[in-house]
Amino acid sequence: MSAEFPTVTQHAGEIEPGQSLWQDAWHRLRRNKMALIGAVFVALLAIACFVTPLVAPGAYEKTNLALGAAAPSHAHWLGTDILGRDMLSRILYGGCISLSVGLAATLVSVLIGVLYGAISGYVGGRLDVILMRIVDIVYSLPFVVFVILILVVFGRNIVLLFMAIGAVSWLDMARIVRGQVMSLKKQEFVEAAVALGLRKRRIILRHMIPNVLGIVAIYATLIVPSVMLLEAFLSFLGLGVQAPMSSWGTLINDGRKSMEEYPWLLIYPSLFFSLTLFSLNFLGDGLRDALDVRASKD
Amino acid sequence: MLRFIFKRILESIPVLFIVATVTFFLLHRMPGGPFDTERSMTPEVKKQIEEYYGLDKPVTQQYFNYMKRLILHGDLGVSQKYFGWTVNELLAGSLPVSIELGLEGLLVALFFGLIAGVIASLRKNTAGDYVPMSVATLGICIPSFVTGPVLILVFAIEFGWFNASGWNFPRDRVLPAMTLGLYYMAYISRLSRGGMLEILSQDFIRTARAKGASEQRIVWKHSLRGGLLSVVSFLGPAVSGIVTGSLVVETIFDIPGAARFFVGAAFNRDGPMLMGTTLVYAVLVVAMNLLADIVQVWMNPRLRFE
Amino acid sequence: MQFAFNHLSRRRFVRYLGAAATFSLLPGCGKRETLVEVGDRELVLHIGNGTEPQDIDPGVVTGVQEYHIMMSLLEGLVSEDPVDLHPVPGVAERWDISPDRRVYTFHLRDNAKWSNGDPVTARDFLESYQRNLTPSLGYEYAYMHFVVKNAEAYNNGKVTDFNQCGYRVIDDRTLEVTLDNPTPYFLSLLLHHSWYPVHMPTLRKWGDPYQRGNRWTRPGRYVGNGSFVLAKWRVNDIIEVRKSPTYWDRDRVKLNAIRFYPIESDDTEERAYRAGQLHITYTLPPSKIEHYRTHDPGVLQIFPFLTTYFYRVNVTKPPVNDKRVRQALAMAIDRESIVKNIMKGGEIPAFNLTPPGTAGYTCRAQLKEDIAEAKRLLAEAGYPDGKGMPPVEILYNTLEYHRTIAEAIQEMWKTKLGVEARLVNEEWKVYLDSQRSLNYQVCRAGWTGDYNDPNTFLDLWTTSGGNNETGWSNPEYDRLIVQAAATAEPQQRLEVFQKAEALLMDEMPIIPIYFYTRIYLQRPEVKGWYSNILDNHPYKYMSLETPK
Repeated sequence: MSAEFPTVTQHAGEIEPGQSLWQDAWHRLRRNKMALIGAVFVALLAIACFVTPLVAPGAYEKTNLALGAAAPSHAHWLGTDILGRDMLSRILYGGCISLSVGLAATLVSVLIGVLYGAISGYVGGRLDVILMRIVDIVYSLPFVVFVILILVVFGRNIVLLFMAIGAVSWLDMARIVRGQVMSLKKQEFVEAAVALGLRKRRIILRHMIPNVLGIVAIYATLIVPSVMLLEAFLSFLGLGVQAPMSSWGTLINDGRKSMEEYPWLLIYPSLFFSLTLFSLNFLGDGLRDALDVRASKD
Repeated sequence: MLRFIFKRILESIPVLFIVATVTFFLLHRMPGGPFDTERSMTPEVKKQIEEYYGLDKPVTQQYFNYMKRLILHGDLGVSQKYFGWTVNELLAGSLPVSIELGLEGLLVALFFGLIAGVIASLRKNTAGDYVPMSVATLGICIPSFVTGPVLILVFAIEFGWFNASGWNFPRDRVLPAMTLGLYYMAYISRLSRGGMLEILSQDFIRTARAKGASEQRIVWKHSLRGGLLSVVSFLGPAVSGIVTGSLVVETIFDIPGAARFFVGAAFNRDGPMLMGTTLVYAVLVVAMNLLADIVQVWMNPRLRFE
Repeated sequence: MQFAFNHLSRRRFVRYLGAAATFSLLPGCGKRETLVEVGDRELVLHIGNGTEPQDIDPGVVTGVQEYHIMMSLLEGLVSEDPVDLHPVPGVAERWDISPDRRVYTFHLRDNAKWSNGDPVTARDFLESYQRNLTPSLGYEYAYMHFVVKNAEAYNNGKVTDFNQCGYRVIDDRTLEVTLDNPTPYFLSLLLHHSWYPVHMPTLRKWGDPYQRGNRWTRPGRYVGNGSFVLAKWRVNDIIEVRKSPTYWDRDRVKLNAIRFYPIESDDTEERAYRAGQLHITYTLPPSKIEHYRTHDPGVLQIFPFLTTYFYRVNVTKPPVNDKRVRQALAMAIDRESIVKNIMKGGEIPAFNLTPPGTAGYTCRAQLKEDIAEAKRLLAEAGYPDGKGMPPVEILYNTLEYHRTIAEAIQEMWKTKLGVEARLVNEEWKVYLDSQRSLNYQVCRAGWTGDYNDPNTFLDLWTTSGGNNETGWSNPEYDRLIVQAAATAEPQQRLEVFQKAEALLMDEMPIIPIYFYTRIYLQRPEVKGWYSNILDNHPYKYMSLETPK
């Protein structure tokens, strides 16, 4: 009984517990080396990506047809692509778009998905039915049609890219959170909170969501790679980045076409992509451990 | 439980209806038609073709005609891309292939994913955790359109164990299922690790440990059901995506599955095919989510069907 | 499950699972005989055929992939020589041409048979042509018949009595065709599938022959008169045809079967080739050309092809509505570099539209790549060094090499002329729609000749041309194209085309970039398959000869 009860009694006694949860989590996260390394790597990479356009504007589009696809050298550390463009610049430029897309999707899925799922799962009944059937409908509608129509109606705009990605990235999260909340709902500490007469909103925000954050952190890191690749598909439809700009998704997609002839065109973008995802995953795991209300009391 | 299923089936009718209606009207707002090619056709020819497919009628009338045929006869219409075939025929021929591939991929994903996830959770923050989890992360980092060709280059072309493409012999299933499975394995293992850790830190597990229950008992008897909850929530919608085919995998291995229809229909503006694939998908989404909800209740005895 | 594990300790449990994982990964098989090795033995040809055919009814389809399959199943009045495609006797064993070259009389051979045993008669051809021209069928290629008297009028409903059209059955074995004009390329037109016969009783059996959606094209139903018969059709998987026992020239046919694989991805296809599953591929990814050129030149096939890659320019949109701007943009493209560094497939830089040597015609008016002149023209148009010029938008459909070429041209315009360009990619149908509704400035395009004659490239740009799509209209040009059609003397006719194309190259509603090549892989044991400008390969001459 010990694990949950301190939290609940704190709530009952109207002591602000939110802070202590976050402080606790922060404290624990800082002790997790892998998570810290991941966080530092992503931060450094993000800085590099967003600074490159300022330091070397236009470097990603300078072609050299005579040079063509050249292996890594002193002049071009990561080689050049078919048009003789410097891969390092293209990867760093591409990082801007890919990291933003990943961030946007994570935000949307965490903000909308978690809240939606938590409400649906906790309130239950008719509201749950309606909310979940809406998810089913959005899930079933053909995404390609939706994207092409967005393009036709609103023209091409980078904001629309984020909208399209946001529109699909919260659905799985909502279902997962709902499942977790439904099972949490039957646990003693929640029943206690209900018995104490706490309002629904408070129970959802203070008891439900903190308890599902662990799985939320894991799933959020899983969303990042899939939306980064989704972005490449959207640029195929004309919604993503416009050439000659690049993103990791489009670079990897191009690179695989010549993976036997010019492996560096695939390996380096994939390396940046993978290292970022590894870092995010360690960070995600670290966050999960840090946010695990119960494990912390060990 | 039967009442619960029955209720959900009733609820799904408006879902399918809304999906069908919205898709139908969205489709007709898309630029370009099924018969547009690089060569423009004369207005006379275009008129004849549109007349044949009933595209000359007002959209609402087309909609009612479509719904009537669908509801009364289960007829999804004639493909406007593959002239000699009906949508029913094309889907009946290709869906079994995708379902087979999907289930095989899912089996691979579940088998390795669950093993990796459970092991990692039991050996948290040791090599036994980092190694399987890193492999799993690789599964997401390396997209199928890279894993597929690499597997082909190594096992089909270098070693000659498999065909590089096609779907004719039992061994043709191996590489596509691996490629498809590897991706979902990553999700399953990460979610199951997270879920297991959550459960393993709960009181009743500690109580069980304190009472001296064996580790297997703790895993099999006490933790798995609760720990895999999120995997089940994830799989609900994912399965509908898996069994309707992965375009990437089917293209790389040249598999005659349904994914090309599911994705191609929108690109080809093949209206009846788009409607057909969307409806099949919607039915699957509804059915799989229902299944997931049932499994969820079964896994968590505290829940009731409501 | 749980008791099975009860006796295991935790450590062993983990190890057990690890071992299970390893074992299931090991496939227990070694090197096998490949499909092409079996094919060589059994004389079965395996061909990559691009995409899934939309149908294999010659009165419905328009694509090349469909044509490649129908060629094995059906045969027209004349057939093609496998090497240079000149018309040779097909179902017609000989033909007479009237002195004014307007009436062709075809004498059908008496041993020509349908695959169900019926004789192929003049009436079969007449009925098939009538079907192709019937308005309700909505056949896109009906216009391939429009050189015939009243064919166009029948097709658009102005004439309702087919007897008034220039087709006449004289007897079972004799068909007469009357043309509006002496048409020098008429016999080459007959090679096109719009001139293939179909077995009307079969069509009547499985649906309405004068409507689309007839279900006669399935294995077991399909009745053809070609050297092969349809044996298997699994959508997106395979079409198999087997040697026809009723074909009149069956003794010449060496292959027992052909398997057509619709492999859409060129990478997948190339890997299938390497794994020994294909004798001939449909195409080859550009990135692989260099590899084959250096390591396996014997299998790499590169041949000129009747297709031009060019940019359409929307002459109604500033700044490209100014002829000088169009000329300047065209002059600043380094075509040699694009062909050499990007395409790498021996493509030929294009300085005019019609591929050189199209039916003896090579355009004399040639565009010049001249930066100084381009700059001068641009300054004259009011944009010295590109100053003040709004960015030009290049539209292309999403495909990697279209993008790469556009990126290269964008850089060329920028560095050489100071002209900024923006790239816009669109999904195929949206792109077609934008092009058709002139919702673009500069737009990537390609055109494949329907038949071997400059007319198929030049009549596009008339004011009423359905494929003009540039907004360009020039009465003098329209007049020249009409004049060419009415000119009987072949050399004179080509001179008219020279004038027309010179006008086109001066006005520049289009910017030619390069002439395509067909690039594919072909195993050495394939004999009797010759590369040619239309990429047609009559299968009856082909064989598989494994070197001993």
